[in-house]
Amino acid sequence: MKIAVIVKQTPDTETKAKLGSNCLDTEGVKFILNPYDEFAVEEALKTKEAQTGEVVVLSLGPDRVIDAMRTALAMGCDSGVHVKCSDEDLKTADSFAVAKSLAKALEAQGPFDLIFSGKQAIDGDGMSVPQMTAAFLNIPRATSVTSLEIKDGVATAKRPIDGGAEEVIEMKLPALIAANKGLNTPRYASLPGIMKAKQKKVEVLEYASLGCADVTKVSYSNFELPPEKAAGKIFEGSPAELAQSIVNALRNEAKVI
Amino acid sequence: MAKALVLVEEKNGKIKNASLEVVHAFKNKGVEVDAIVFGSGIAGQSAELAKNVGAQGATKLFVVDDASLAFYQPEAYAETLVKAFQDSSYNILSSAATSVGKDLLPTLAAKLDAGIATDCIDLEINGDSLKCKRPFLAGKYTAWAEFKSFPAVVNFRANMLGLGADSGAAAEVVTTTVVAGSGNSKVVSVEGNAASSRPDLNEADKIVSGGRSLKSAENFKILEDLADVIGAAVGASRAAVDAGYVPHSMQVGQTGKTVSPSLYMAFGISGAIQHLAGMKTSKIVVAINTDKEAPIFQKADYGAIGDLFEVAPALTEEFKKIL
Repeated sequence: MKIAVIVKQTPDTETKAKLGSNCLDTEGVKFILNPYDEFAVEEALKTKEAQTGEVVVLSLGPDRVIDAMRTALAMGCDSGVHVKCSDEDLKTADSFAVAKSLAKALEAQGPFDLIFSGKQAIDGDGMSVPQMTAAFLNIPRATSVTSLEIKDGVATAKRPIDGGAEEVIEMKLPALIAANKGLNTPRYASLPGIMKAKQKKVEVLEYASLGCADVTKVSYSNFELPPEKAAGKIFEGSPAELAQSIVNALRNEAKVI
Repeated sequence: MAKALVLVEEKNGKIKNASLEVVHAFKNKGVEVDAIVFGSGIAGQSAELAKNVGAQGATKLFVVDDASLAFYQPEAYAETLVKAFQDSSYNILSSAATSVGKDLLPTLAAKLDAGIATDCIDLEINGDSLKCKRPFLAGKYTAWAEFKSFPAVVNFRANMLGLGADSGAAAEVVTTTVVAGSGNSKVVSVEGNAASSRPDLNEADKIVSGGRSLKSAENFKILEDLADVIGAAVGASRAAVDAGYVPHSMQVGQTGKTVSPSLYMAFGISGAIQHLAGMKTSKIVVAINTDKEAPIFQKADYGAIGDLFEVAPALTEEFKKIL
């Protein structure tokens, strides 16, 4: 079974946002493998271990994203494909251009039986690239997947939906699975794994050569930090007094009850 | 002038408020709006549903009623929407950012060769130019997405846009046939808690949320009791989810749900930056914590220094007196 896993390098979740000119100022920001992508890598590796095959990790971004790819290679992916762009390209690429480029890269490297990704990247928070990539490849997909079974060429996935229930979707392979927290427990890279990762092959595809840079349909401007809240009121007293103060404030001042 | 098609969702015989907010938002900006609803056995409720969307400014309601649509079906929804969108030359396809809207709209953007902006919280329209404001990095900053051209695809976070006054009008019902997909995928069932009487976390107007200080799954009952009195959904911090007290579907924060209720009550939640990111657009935040120094107090409109095991039941009793 030939498996691809799409990963993104994102700022760490601890990041405090500082803005540059129409972008996040990444000076001093620590970059990590997008947390949801860890679940995608783990599931790709588990699937390979159960079925035999190979796992190719694919990432779009400037040179620094190689670190996120090495994390995935250290966890056990077999090889990598780096869709290389400049920092400026990354700033202007919208979900459409990214998904179209990823689809082209996957076509060039494939065909793949299964493609994994995280359900969303924690920086863009778009939750759109996986579905768009699948649509460009004309294959079925499932989002926010918390459970997956592969059997006889059919993938059965579950995802939580509004209200706390779970939807069960069956897909004929090839299919794309966008992983959510809860799908598995990602393994840590072992020391030998980290050593081996340095030797693994990473092929470079130039983003510009995929011809998707000029298909962007959305541009972003007017970047803003949310307004800081004024200090609130702090109540002290017995539980009954606290409850009275809060209910009174919510009813008469905030008027939300 | 732009023309929008809004995918609206039905629940218990009514169109969800989150969907109606989107209809109203476009109408309010001078955009001509039609709505489309999918389901199995909903044709009988068409008149009521048409009133719901008409009240917020929709001209037509396309009703796609088919036995195959007992569950949400990504393929059939997508194919039917593409046809409806292209048949009447719409410019904008929109929905609320619900579990259907989030899953489906990106697929439509790819199929319609359109740009997309998701989970948006505001919009501006000027002739043929659509701009939508959206959060990044779990709300740590925002930016405006400007569509270079139509068609545009956009979904909106619940509770951000508001509803308009009931216009008293009903939309014209247009019965529409489902267009089947490739058949390569199918939602076969929905398991579990479908009948929960509490509101969806994503769309809830009020949320009561608990942290690791709850100490056990059973203790969440204290918060559920409070939630039921004020009609709130129940959420949790990552620490409470990781400790196994509640499922991940209840997690609010950077690797959970982003919520914008009018009231967010945090019990025993210290306020890690990842949690604050998920709830900072809440209108009013109340924090109850024994630790005076907890960062959550810096984001709270009202804070109480106290033991949640005493304060939560006292609040439940106090709310009962006035509700």
